[in-house]
Amino acid sequence: MKPVYILAIESSCDETAAAVVKNGREVLSSIISSQIDLHTIYGGVVPEIASRKHIEKINPVITEALQQADIRLEEIDAVAVTCGPGLVGSLLVGVSAAKAIAYAVKKPLIGVHHIEGHVSANYISHPELEPPFMSLVVSGGHSHIVVVKDYGEYEIIGRTHDDAAGEAFDKVARAIGLGYPGGPKIDKLAREGNRFAIAFPRAHIEGCPYDYSFSGVKSAVLNYLNQQEMKGEDVNKADVAASFQEAVVDVLATKAAAAANAFGYDKIALAGGVACNTALRAKMEEICSSERIKLYYPEPILCTDNAAMIGAAGYYEYIKGVTHGWDLNAVPNLKLGEKI
Amino acid sequence: MRILALDGSGSVAGVSVLTEEAVLAEYTVNYKKTHSQTLLPMLDEVMKMLESDVSCADYIAVTAGPGSFTGLRICASMAKGLGLALNKPLVPVPTTEALAYNLEGSDKIICPIMDARRNQVYTGVYTFEKSGIEGSGELTYEFKTVRGQEAAAIEDVIEKLNIIGRETVFLGDGITANRNRIEELMRVPYSFAPAHRRLQSAAAAGRCALRLIAEGKTCTAEELVPDYLRLSQAERERMERENAKCRP
Repeated sequence: MKPVYILAIESSCDETAAAVVKNGREVLSSIISSQIDLHTIYGGVVPEIASRKHIEKINPVITEALQQADIRLEEIDAVAVTCGPGLVGSLLVGVSAAKAIAYAVKKPLIGVHHIEGHVSANYISHPELEPPFMSLVVSGGHSHIVVVKDYGEYEIIGRTHDDAAGEAFDKVARAIGLGYPGGPKIDKLAREGNRFAIAFPRAHIEGCPYDYSFSGVKSAVLNYLNQQEMKGEDVNKADVAASFQEAVVDVLATKAAAAANAFGYDKIALAGGVACNTALRAKMEEICSSERIKLYYPEPILCTDNAAMIGAAGYYEYIKGVTHGWDLNAVPNLKLGEKI
Repeated sequence: MRILALDGSGSVAGVSVLTEEAVLAEYTVNYKKTHSQTLLPMLDEVMKMLESDVSCADYIAVTAGPGSFTGLRICASMAKGLGLALNKPLVPVPTTEALAYNLEGSDKIICPIMDARRNQVYTGVYTFEKSGIEGSGELTYEFKTVRGQEAAAIEDVIEKLNIIGRETVFLGDGITANRNRIEELMRVPYSFAPAHRRLQSAAAAGRCALRLIAEGKTCTAEELVPDYLRLSQAERERMERENAKCRP
């Protein structure tokens, strides 16, 4: 069968990325231009600055992806692009460029949901993985337990009621003076601390066994810091980071495994930026091995935002014949499984 | 020479195809849909009507700013994508110059004013000077920049126009918010461009692009970035904080 090449573009937050993916699983190139340094002085992503940077980087990133894959645009079968969710100004740069390129070379256009991309990163890292399976998607903006019924078919069975897990990491990191981005910094510092030093609460939501809430644990950390300050006692930041992280990954992992058992799935795929977190991986390994669940997670470079994962997701849309019109828009709050 | 001109700098979405001699197509929509939903379908429609293909364009001109940040980026990203795919040069057209070309050939002072919020307008001051071939009877016009484009308070703009002291015509979406101040402060005769000449036109941007091409002011698809004329709010506030710190 003739191979299918997808040019994929991702610009939903603060990474400008392009990739060429063969048959949904083989990454021929994956270029990521990160803006993280630009936003660090503001303590988080500034949407207007992100959008301005995307437009500077979009062409070089696409050109490099094509060059590295040693492929001409004419040989591409379709152009896939993240059309939501994300920052609307950022999304629009990728969406507008992708549409123009697809139009100019007369190739189909495929709008891809960012989270579908994250889940699909697992198809690249694990060629044998096929639906159905359970997925735990955790990032700066998302904390979802998702049933992947088939390629492109998702059902969300658990979600956060307030902060996303990654958001809680960022806020706690700021409170203990680690700065942005919080996830990797807390992960690193936590290795020097005792995760059982402080008992932070795990939220369980009545009637919603697979839903999350992270604002409680975040507030508990802030309260703890205040109390120590009022008492004039020193804070062991490494212990705080480790204990906070333990509380978060414990509840993430426990509920994901419980969901897999309850719905009868023996596979869990981690996805999203927080899937890089070493404590989350360790906790998932621990629980999954005792529950006889097979655990998958993408390699770190495919966990953070990238376009290869969009190419993987786009490929499965392409072979199902799903394409989008020239009026494709960026949808900042696009729901998983929502038709675009 | 065939030019594809795109505009998404304001409320209007515009696509035009033109040559030195003729405007082959102009499609203008001023409606609530976002440019992201309209511009490419409009381009597609124009190409179908012309039984042509976008690859036939020699240059892709785009109003590069100032204007709505998001609109500028939608349009610029589209132009950059087309330029990348077709390997065509781009022509960044300053938006206020493009607006001035709505009134190409006017003998008045042309003052585009675009609503820039924060009590400012994006503006410039331009004229078209007659430069016909002696005795031929056919007139051509040379575009002159009296003041290049900038963000300014309407009072400052009017003060300069009063000093220039020539009959002025205003155009642009800044008229609505500033009409009263203009009526109050202008000391020279003035008028407002009629509705069909008041807002951005892709054909006018294309006419302006013809001049810019002759002047060699083109760029690659990779080089094109919007000319916002303003920092982002976060950068501005950060600079204000740092300046405040520096003061004794």
